[in-house]
Amino acid sequence: MGGLATRVFEPGFFTSGPVHVAIAIGTVVAVVSAVTGVFTVMRGQSFAGHALTDVATAGGSGAFLIGMSPLFGFVGLSAVGAGVLEMIGVQRARGRDLVTGLVLGVAIGLAALFLYLDATTTATSGATQQILFGSIFTTQASTIPVVVAFSAAALGAIAIAYRPLLLSTVSTDIAAARGAPVRAAGLLYMLALSLSVGLSSLAIGTILSTALLIGPPAAALRLTRSAGRALVAACLIGIGATWLGVLLAYDSFYWGASRQALPVSFFIVAIVFAAYLLSGLRVSAGARARAVAVAGAGQSRAAA
Amino acid sequence: MSSQLPPQAAGTEILAANGVGVTLSGRTILEDVSFAIAPGEFTGLIGPNGAGKTTLLRVLLGLQRPDSGTVLVGGRPLSRHNRAAGYVPQKVLLEPDLPLRARDLVALGIDGNRPGIPLRSRKRAEAVREMLHAVGAESFADARVGELSGGEQQRVLIAHALIGRPRLLLLDEPLANLDIRSSQEIVGLLGRIAAEQQIAVLLSAHDINPLLPVMDRVIYLAGGRVASGTTEEVIRTDVLSRLYGYHVDVLHVHGRILVVAGPPPVAAGHSAGEALQVG
Repeated sequence: MGGLATRVFEPGFFTSGPVHVAIAIGTVVAVVSAVTGVFTVMRGQSFAGHALTDVATAGGSGAFLIGMSPLFGFVGLSAVGAGVLEMIGVQRARGRDLVTGLVLGVAIGLAALFLYLDATTTATSGATQQILFGSIFTTQASTIPVVVAFSAAALGAIAIAYRPLLLSTVSTDIAAARGAPVRAAGLLYMLALSLSVGLSSLAIGTILSTALLIGPPAAALRLTRSAGRALVAACLIGIGATWLGVLLAYDSFYWGASRQALPVSFFIVAIVFAAYLLSGLRVSAGARARAVAVAGAGQSRAAA
Repeated sequence: MSSQLPPQAAGTEILAANGVGVTLSGRTILEDVSFAIAPGEFTGLIGPNGAGKTTLLRVLLGLQRPDSGTVLVGGRPLSRHNRAAGYVPQKVLLEPDLPLRARDLVALGIDGNRPGIPLRSRKRAEAVREMLHAVGAESFADARVGELSGGEQQRVLIAHALIGRPRLLLLDEPLANLDIRSSQEIVGLLGRIAAEQQIAVLLSAHDINPLLPVMDRVIYLAGGRVASGTTEEVIRTDVLSRLYGYHVDVLHVHGRILVVAGPPPVAAGHSAGEALQVG
């Protein structure tokens, strides 16, 4: 048993400072991403979520240029981007698609400029790597309070907007006819989305943060029938993927002879995707069971 | 056009439209629309497709601002704070993966407009259970709403609208896309609710016949204008012809009503050889 434990957890895993920080930040970020992501998936705004990660790339690389912590750049600019998307507030699906695409394009252009300048003018090496692929193992423990504060703000925004958000997912007309604050709820949600994107950009990088936002909620929606359970399931899948990803990345240092750790972001995203595929198995089994039950009920009705 | 309305004591009407007009991108959709609805009345909003029924309902709900005229709810101008209407829109696209059971959607009818996370309580669950029972939706209370059939979704949406105890229930083409039996059941259900709970029901439909057993009054919408009153007062050849702006015939066949366009003037002129005055 002890032998197995040392196989699974390579030496120093439990005592490593960076691992502690990675687990702490990873857990908080997984929860925020899962909670926000459930609404992103329900509202059909995955593309907007993805566009915001590109805005965050521009923000993070810009912050690097002026010597700020990238986290503030991530969160700051994606909040602005979210505000722009919400203000334009195009109602037709195609129009919204177009605006999102345009914002995304501008953001990538800015990011390309900033990352080029980061690489050529600043002394900091690895800015590109850190922004695009995350820095969960190199983040200072002193960042944790900021991460927790941003996370609390995001979760608070979702909690306040919870009922009107859910009602407008069903129908914005029904919600508006009842006098629900549809617009305010949408703004709070976009605030939470930008915070969530900024936080996951820090953890697993801007390129991969969409995976943590969309993957666990998409799997959770296949497994549950109520919003509350979907939120819990998405959090569990997100946390599980993050923990397992941190462990595998740590262990990967000992796998080959080259003594080089593989990126944690890759493992997290791979596990999230595997969870999504597995949830599909559960769904098709459930559909079969339902079909059999319906056929059985039909037969007994016919007999009676 | 609303001259057929019997006199109503001031303030008894729950909803009143006065001279409502709507123009969308240069096209007149509604023109000088006036009528009133009293508590507990079942009113059919009848008109052909594209007549402006949905636009009128959206104006009555405060979802669309009229270009002229006013809407009074309980005698007061419509504002965000006196929206007393339950609403069942025509097209509610419920995705099959939406994590919302029928009972959750009904519960959102209690307080879905308020901020915060709902707290579970026995009283709440009991109210939801009673409402599901009232609309005959208990058997699929725990199914996801997106996986229900059209008729089942209609019941759940009606329960959602009713649990907030509105004084007025507005339904936009709830019978469209329902089979005959489901639509009879929904009409029966709504007629019973209107009578028992004194809720005024305003239901739009392009066919008047399914509503005949329960309807107290009819608002007929054509050419952007309305005529309102009892079925006998409104569904007449002269009234509807004036509304449409051309001759229509109202035929009664086995207790059902058919509204058919008169002979096309030009074609008739050619075949019968008589000159018809057009215009």
